[in-house]
Amino acid sequence: MSENFIEIKDLRFSYINDLEDPPVKTEVLKGVTLNIKKGEFVAVLGHNGSGKSTLAKCINAINLPESGGVYVAGMDTIDEMNLLPIRQRVGMVFQNPDNQIVATIVEEDVAFALENMGVAPDEIRRRVDEALKAVGMYEYRMHAPHKLSGGQKQRVAIAGIIAMRPDCILLDEPTAMLDPKGRQEVMKTIKMLNEQGVTIVLITHYMEEAAQAERVVVIDGGEVVMDDVPRKIFSQVEKMKSLGLDVPQVTELAWELQKAGYDISTEIIDEDECVAKLAELLQK
Amino acid sequence: MIKDITLGQYFPGDSVLHRMDARVKLLLTAVFIVMLFIAKGIEGLAVGIVFTVAAFLISKIPLKMMGKSLKPIIPVIIFTAVLNLVFITTGDVLWEWKFIKLTRDGLDTSLFMVIRIICLICGSSLLTYTTSPIDLTDAIEKLLSPLKKVKVPVHELAMMMTIALRFIPTLIEETDKIMSAQKARGADMETGNILQKAKALIPILIPLFVASFRHAEELALAMECRCYHGGEGRTRMKQLKMSILDLWGTLFCMVFLAGVIAVNYFTKR
Ligand SMILES: Nc1ncnc2c1ncn2[C@@H]1O[C@H](COP(=O)(O)OP(=O)(O)O)[C@@H](O)[C@H]1O
Ligand SMILES: [Mg+2]
Repeated sequence: MSENFIEIKDLRFSYINDLEDPPVKTEVLKGVTLNIKKGEFVAVLGHNGSGKSTLAKCINAINLPESGGVYVAGMDTIDEMNLLPIRQRVGMVFQNPDNQIVATIVEEDVAFALENMGVAPDEIRRRVDEALKAVGMYEYRMHAPHKLSGGQKQRVAIAGIIAMRPDCILLDEPTAMLDPKGRQEVMKTIKMLNEQGVTIVLITHYMEEAAQAERVVVIDGGEVVMDDVPRKIFSQVEKMKSLGLDVPQVTELAWELQKAGYDISTEIIDEDECVAKLAELLQK
Repeated sequence: MIKDITLGQYFPGDSVLHRMDARVKLLLTAVFIVMLFIAKGIEGLAVGIVFTVAAFLISKIPLKMMGKSLKPIIPVIIFTAVLNLVFITTGDVLWEWKFIKLTRDGLDTSLFMVIRIICLICGSSLLTYTTSPIDLTDAIEKLLSPLKKVKVPVHELAMMMTIALRFIPTLIEETDKIMSAQKARGADMETGNILQKAKALIPILIPLFVASFRHAEELALAMECRCYHGGEGRTRMKQLKMSILDLWGTLFCMVFLAGVIAVNYFTKR
């Protein structure tokens, strides 16, 4: 099935601060149109405050559109009846692993969403074990979350989401607070889930992570400004820099070489490719 | 180091007491407290002592854990003992010095009170030693659930307890970090009188307070994303289950309760 799983149509959204008088309105999303197909792996880039988190929260009905619409598997987020079905189908993982773990024991935490959904105890047990095995945290099921490393905590948080068996997972900078090892663990888990057919929307600040996606969406000032495969996005080094974003190190290297007059394309996003291109260049 | 603190004071194990249903244990602890308080004389209390010692032996909790739970109340014990010794002045005088008069009755009563407090603490800490915090909150939720009819937010209270337990280590860690950060900026927390020390706490408490609000906001969001919508229609992965052990435990407890009542009845005062 390759129909659109998430449809965002001309979405506008503002935060309204009632504490001020008169209320202050911050317009964050200014007409976002974006379709995401089932099974896609989309990375979302944009500098701080560009509205990425706000957009993610619009997708699982935490934020409701001011105008325009958001549809998840055809369900309108504005309809209260769709709230729980949408949240069950679109799970969300946040930046700080400490603030999304509810229970005092790993397996209890993974069970939390299923308990909320009213799943039968035997079925919860089965799905919790399955989810913990999928993220490689099964041996830690009886541990206290505060004794785990950041990467492990984030994997527990992901397990808590996949236990719901969602069709899509939104990850809002899941690796921002992790060390390189933790980042690697989390990225591996995300890619494994995508291979199993879960749609992934990954908000990130790490260009190396975005380069691993199938598609990159760049947001600036509450609008989608770029939307293409990573190779095409990152080869536009100047444009990315003007948006306050980086490109992967290898792309940057190719770009600097190109600027210095060497004949090399900037359509390079991974190391092996870069090595091959450089070898080619040296032989000339 | 600070990360190693245990939640509550659960001491994992596999004794009969560990395997009993948390609800039953909670109720039996209440019965135990009643048992101690209806005992009129030292004879009735002796039954309570036997019960406490028996429960302790069954639980297989190391003796030093008991010492640990008694330690913080030593001042209370001493205070009670002294108070009873000094203020009860009836009965045979044992020792006299200026206006202080120690009497037979005073000694008896203070001994009685001290033993009662020790039994009370040891017995009830057996509950927390043998029951995990999760089972305990579950049991409280279940036992209080009839109160839902009169609009007491039982589920919410249990949820709050769970979250508090979950965040205690996080907040302790945070306090540690904030303290280091303030010390690095030259804050002095060790010297000065009580007032100055209390004042030095302000730059720690305020960031901690702000941080807990941020935790709360993000946690609420994460809970909502995981379909949390209150206690309605919620199931639990682990069900509390009663077994034959609970029946035996209850019988055991009731025999001792009856024992205390009988001793009360037969000892003339
Ligand atoms: N709860 C809120 N109330 C008011 N303004 C907010 C709130 N959350 C975010 N904003 C504002 O919305 C803008 C976009 O924020 P956000 O979506 O978090 O950006 P990003 O995730 O891309 O860094 C920022 O200017 C931020 O200050
Ligand atoms: Mg953000």
